[in-house]
Order: sequence, then C-alpha cells, then structure tokens
Amino acid sequence: MSLRLQARKLACERDGRWLFRDLDLEIRSGEILRVEGPNGSGKTTLLKILSGQLADYEGSIFWRDAPLRRVHRNFLASLLYLGHAPGVKAALTPLENLAWYQAMAGTGGTEAQRMSALEMVGLRGFEDLPAGQLSAGQQRRVALARLELTPRPLWVLDEPFTAIDREGVADLEARLAAHVRGGGSVVLTTHQALDIPVPMCRVRLGEGKGNVAS
Amino acid sequence: MSRPEASPKSYARGREPEASVALALLATMRRDLLALLRRPGAAFNSLAFFALVITLFPIGISPDPELLATIAPGLLWVAALLAALLSLDGMFRDDFADGTLEQLLLAAQPLPLMALAKVAVHWLTTGLPLALMAPVLGVMLSLPPGSYAVLVLSLALGSATLSVIGAIGAALTVGLSRGGVLLSLLVLPLYVPVLIFGAGAVQAAIAGTSVAAHLALLGALLAVSLVFAPWAIAASLRISLNG
Repeated sequence: MSLRLQARKLACERDGRWLFRDLDLEIRSGEILRVEGPNGSGKTTLLKILSGQLADYEGSIFWRDAPLRRVHRNFLASLLYLGHAPGVKAALTPLENLAWYQAMAGTGGTEAQRMSALEMVGLRGFEDLPAGQLSAGQQRRVALARLELTPRPLWVLDEPFTAIDREGVADLEARLAAHVRGGGSVVLTTHQALDIPVPMCRVRLGEGKGNVAS
Repeated sequence: MSRPEASPKSYARGREPEASVALALLATMRRDLLALLRRPGAAFNSLAFFALVITLFPIGISPDPELLATIAPGLLWVAALLAALLSLDGMFRDDFADGTLEQLLLAAQPLPLMALAKVAVHWLTTGLPLALMAPVLGVMLSLPPGSYAVLVLSLALGSATLSVIGAIGAALTVGLSRGGVLLSLLVLPLYVPVLIFGAGAVQAAIAGTSVAAHLALLGALLAVSLVFAPWAIAASLRISLNG
C-alpha cells in the first residue's frame, strides 16, 4: 500500500505571528518525520494540520495525490493520532477503553486481542482497574496499546514519550522502527534524543519558518 | 513490552460501512452508560434539583391543594426544564478533558451520528428519569388525577428535544472554562416552544380537552430537531476543538 502525505507551501499564523511559512513536506511509507523546535514554535499545530484537524492554514495538503479535504474520511481510516491528552476514560478499565477504540475503528475485535495489546505495553495485571487509578505513564501506555490493536499505516504522535519510563522508551523506539520497516510511516514530536536505526527526516520550526533536513 | 519483529503488516479493512457504524454507535453508547454508572453523581444532580424545587414550592406558596393544582403543570415543566439545563454542561466536558472527544472527531465514523449517540445517553440518564419521577412530585402538588400519564409522556417527548437542542449549546461551549451562563442564554430561547406545548398538554389533560394536538406538536419539534441538530452538534464540536 503506497502511502504519501505531501504538504506544499504550508503557512500558519497565530496571533499575528507566523509559526511557519513556505513549508514543503513529504512523508512516504518507510519514513519517520520528526518535528523539532522550542516550546510554542507550533509543533502541535503542524501535527494537527497534517492530521486534518485544523483547517486554519495556508497552502495545500495531499493524501495519496488527492487534496486532503476531499479524501478526509479515507485519510482518517489510515491515521492513528495520539495527542497531548491520552484519550483514556478514567472511569473505565484499560480493556473497556480499548474496546471502544476497536469499535470506532470499525472492527469488532476480541478480548484476547485487547489483552495481548495490553501485555505488549506492560500492563498485564492492570487490565481490570479503572484507568483513573493508574499512573500517568500507565495511562499513556494504554493509549500506546492502540498502536498494536488498531493497525494503521500513518502514525501521528504528539510527544508520545511523555511520562514513559526508560524501558518503555526503548520499547516504543523498537515499535516505531518495526512500523517503519513494515512500510508504515510516523510523524512525531519529542524532546527526547531518539535512537531509531532508520532514516529520519527532520523539520525544525521556530523564528517564523521551517527548515527541512534529512 | 515485547519487541515486535519487522514484518510487512496488512492493515485490516473495516467491515461493511453500515455494520461498522452501528458497531461504533453501540460502543459509544455502551461506553458512556458504563462511565455514568460508575460515577452516578452527575445524573443524580439534576434529579435532586428537580425534587428539591418541587418540594419547596408548597412550603413557600401555600399548601392549598386548589391553588397548587392550577400552577402544578407549569411548575413541574419549568423545574424539569431547568434540571435538564443544569445537566447540559457536562455532556461533552469529560470527553473534552480526557482527549476522547478529540479521538471521536478523528475516527472514520460519521460524527453527527456519534454525537447523536451521546445525546441519546444524555436523555436516557436525565430526561427519562425526570419524566418517570414527575408523577411522584405531581402528587405533592396535588396534580388532578387523569393527567399523570400525559405528564410523563409530554416530559419524555419534550426532554428528548431539550437534550438534542441543548447538545448544540453544550458542544459550542465545551472549550470555554465557564460556559455555563452562556450555554443557558444560548439554548433557553429554543426551549420556550417545548415548554409551551409541554405544559399545555398537561393543562389540557386537566381541563379534559384533547391533548393530541399538544403531543403531536411536541413530537414534531423532536422530529425536526432530530433531523437538523446532529449536523449542528458536529459542526459545533469541530469549531470548539479546532477553532
């Protein structure tokens, strides 16, 4: 499945300040795009634009050579987005949370799948506790279990390493590498030094423009 | 965590679109009902408000059954409407705070229908209980016999419209930290027709005239709002989340 997300002449202004201008991006299958920049430089905004959430920008975005707005539903079916908030309901158990995500993905799925996804992220034994009683890192892990549970070619991850311990970081890095080698692609922001043995594209935001480097 | 191996992955295609939408609808309703069941405080709030207001009126005005019977239909309806209004603010607030609302917008499912699932849960946990509780409170206001069935029916129909219309306001104000007053101002004008025909139905039942016209109008209001509101709710949610 060929995967191609292109952005041409992307520009975004917030409160009279240009976050970035004339930004050209291209993400193909087997690539990682890392968005860098200081706090407030527009990393999350860029990720939201690339995931089709914000419409308040200039320039154009193409998904598989078609304008993103026209193939939005199709695009969403290939996208997995993890935002700042983990998207985990505190009153529900990790299993119940994942069951909802499975249903929203349009595939029913079994409890065995959910259990093995939770086991992958090291939450065995916590599957029946209300997520509100889990630590911040464990809640983030519940969200990360979706990477395993609902396979999507394009991952857009906003600070996925937040609150994750050292071992979890190494595992997530391995998961990202495996996803990219399997033909998927990843767009992410992080302040962490990444140790992933696959080619990585970088975008540096700040000072009103964006620089692309390989 | 165990290390995944690098192998080309096949990305599961969803089932038939209709089946997958039905699945997502049921899952969303189930999830919201379950979350409310675990934390019943929010749903209980509006019921307690309804009961308190109605019990205070005979004390504050007069225990005279004849006087109370004349004002009972309007009183019950106004109190139920305000109780429903009180519960609106929380309709999307939790989902907004924990990020699941963002994920709902990102799911490849029709958002108007998903929003309608949340509205249905809201009605099942506030409007319907309010309607079922109203006869008990009606006894306290010495509501004349023969009007109780109409009271329940009119409240059940009317509160569904209140939930559907109210959801537009709740969706518009979900991003604001203190949206409560604004929400009331936004939806109260739209609530007035429901109040007029709802209280009118109960008054007609007491007077012994036909209630069919009032109930039919309540049903029509519900039908119209069901047709148009889901799209308005979806658009409001998009505006609230993404500016």
